[in-house]
Amino acid sequence: MALPHLDAATRLARWMVRDPARAEDVVQEAMLRALTYFSGFRGDNPRAWLLQIVRTTALTRLGQDAGRREDVLEDRAFEALPSAEHNPEARLAGEQEHGLLHRAIAALPGELREILVLREFEDMSYREIAMVTGVPVGTVMSRLFRARRALMQAFGEQPA
Amino acid sequence: MTGCVEPERAWELLVQADHDGELDAAEAAAVVRHVEICPHCAGLQRQFSALSNRLRAEVPMHGASEVLRRRMTARFAAPRRRMGVIAGFGAGAAIAAGLLLTLLPAGADPAEGLVAAHVRALQPGHLIDVPSSDKHTVKPWFDGRLDFAPPVPDLVAAGFTLVGGRLDVIGARPVAVLVYRRGGHDIDVFVWPGEASAPGGTLRGYNLLAWNDHGMAVRAVSDIEPAALRGFMLAWQAVPEDAGQR
Ligand SMILES: [Zn+2]
Repeated sequence: MALPHLDAATRLARWMVRDPARAEDVVQEAMLRALTYFSGFRGDNPRAWLLQIVRTTALTRLGQDAGRREDVLEDRAFEALPSAEHNPEARLAGEQEHGLLHRAIAALPGELREILVLREFEDMSYREIAMVTGVPVGTVMSRLFRARRALMQAFGEQPA
Repeated sequence: MTGCVEPERAWELLVQADHDGELDAAEAAAVVRHVEICPHCAGLQRQFSALSNRLRAEVPMHGASEVLRRRMTARFAAPRRRMGVIAGFGAGAAIAAGLLLTLLPAGADPAEGLVAAHVRALQPGHLIDVPSSDKHTVKPWFDGRLDFAPPVPDLVAAGFTLVGGRLDVIGARPVAVLVYRRGGHDIDVFVWPGEASAPGGTLRGYNLLAWNDHGMAVRAVSDIEPAALRGFMLAWQAVPEDAGQR
């Protein structure tokens, strides 16, 4: 017996709230919500459905905890983000992972980051990502492109 | 560096979609032709590969901590353990199983025969004896051809279109096969009187799921992704049993 989507749920929550302890709270709350809504579930993709609940839970939590910090982050360009020293969440992630790549992803605006991680780490199709994030497939494509471009630029690999 | 040689078309997004495996064969071929003449898009293609490779190689993929996993397992999985196989679950519990529990390993099951029949039926077009999206056409067609009446649920609302039905033979037993389609993937649903013993698995690239339906063993075979196949099963099980519904 296992909980096959628990790892995916935890990864998404972690990338969204960027704090392992809070991420696990988010997952636990999301799993409870998922169980509560089981009887009404008529979808075709339990993983996408669960991640959608995780995402909503995470956004609610971010809003409560940080006074819509996520919205503030999303309004800023990648380059204008505060450095890790002034961003406790980014610093925490950096300290734990020590990866440049990891920090670059953590510094992406939330709306780009969630789509990038669902594609690259959860191997979700555009359609599935659209289900999880509630945006059209075309928006998934353009945000994914912007996310990848930002990462390429962060590594000095200027897009051709 | 100059941009795409054909900026009026969204080649950058197409190159990306190709990288992500989202294009059909014709579109992918068009991308191949384009990158041969467009250095910009060829470079982009290489960068997408390099980035994805780096992401997957260098970024740790931590899942749930052991503490969380134990807590969640204790909370959700343990009370359901006694239920054993998916067979016999109510709709809610079946959905819970689909979301939370992995499939049990396949036991003795004619999976090989089912996959073979599925593959055989796919050549050259899908073999269908009674092509119809109307269950009121498909269901009566089996009358007189079989000594049982397979359920033919309408699953359009869940995104699965009935394409038709056929007779097949599995282990010297005549079985009803219902063919459903979604997003270019066909799902063969084998139905015969009996009990499904093995919940499912993967065989030669095809996914299998099995469940029981009021004295019928139901087995679905498809190349559709496992989650979608599970969704198909849940949709099937969610259709009410009242007369006329199936
Ligand atoms: Zn081009």
